[in-house]
Amino acid sequence: MKSLEELKAIRESMQAQMGLRGEDSNQTRIVVGMATCGIASGARPVLTTLANTVLEKGLSNIMVTQTGCIGLCQYEPIVEVIEPGKDKVTYVKMTPEKALEVIDQHIIRGQIVKKYTISEEIE
Amino acid sequence: MLTELSLNILDVANNSIRAGASLIIIEVAIHNDEDTLTIKIIDNGHGMTKEQLTQVEDPFFTTRSTRDVGLGIPFLKQAAKITGGCFTIESIPNEHTSVYASFCLSHIDRMPLGDLSSTIYSLVMANPKIDFSFVFQCDDKEFTLDTRRFREILGDVPFNTPTVSEFIRDYLIENYNETTGGYSF
Repeated sequence: MKSLEELKAIRESMQAQMGLRGEDSNQTRIVVGMATCGIASGARPVLTTLANTVLEKGLSNIMVTQTGCIGLCQYEPIVEVIEPGKDKVTYVKMTPEKALEVIDQHIIRGQIVKKYTISEEIE
Repeated sequence: MLTELSLNILDVANNSIRAGASLIIIEVAIHNDEDTLTIKIIDNGHGMTKEQLTQVEDPFFTTRSTRDVGLGIPFLKQAAKITGGCFTIESIPNEHTSVYASFCLSHIDRMPLGDLSSTIYSLVMANPKIDFSFVFQCDDKEFTLDTRRFREILGDVPFNTPTVSEFIRDYLIENYNETTGGYSF
């Protein structure tokens, strides 16, 4: 069994580090819809993939979070990318693979992955 | 359709989040000798009135305005009932809501528990302002993840710090597997 002693050790090793990230206004938020419609369409693996990838790639100032149903159930799983000072980008019918592409192209390189956005889907 | 009990748990917990809960307790217990699997989800959100409670098991009742159906609770109730189990929901406005479901463990129609660690991990990571107390019991073994205890140890270090989120993920997966003895329920 993994114990909380290990967590204490992690805490102690961080004592010296300054500027730990909390939530702030410069943060980019990646929001996953997690109501019944989203969950039934596969939102959980999308969310865990996003959280794990942000962790593995050491991306700072990115917050992966969740919301409820936004009324577009037929397009779930939905992922919104909200960057400070920019228009919100809504990705639809997401999968863990598409989520990885969004991290690589949009979050890291700043290029919106147009083919997965809601405007492409509706056209 | 939600295909795992752990997805139903995630769904019910999201009702608690929408109800503005600051603490969500999730307890899952497996007892092979009694042939039962039980799920309890208790939150301190704004709760429901008696009238809402009578409507909540109706799929065509929902409080949201974004769509007209609410399938979450009916899904879980049906999943419990078809195994000969039971389902109850109680609430006191502005105090708590408790959802309880029990299943016949060996029933052929019992939905698999699925990836419970992922459910808890995604709840904890995506809702940093909400506390979760997760207790998982399998016969005589059990483990707990209580974010209040984690916060006490971590102080001002947030959960989304890489080493911390990695610890939370591994803590869930390892302890879950040890508690079940590696068996998938």
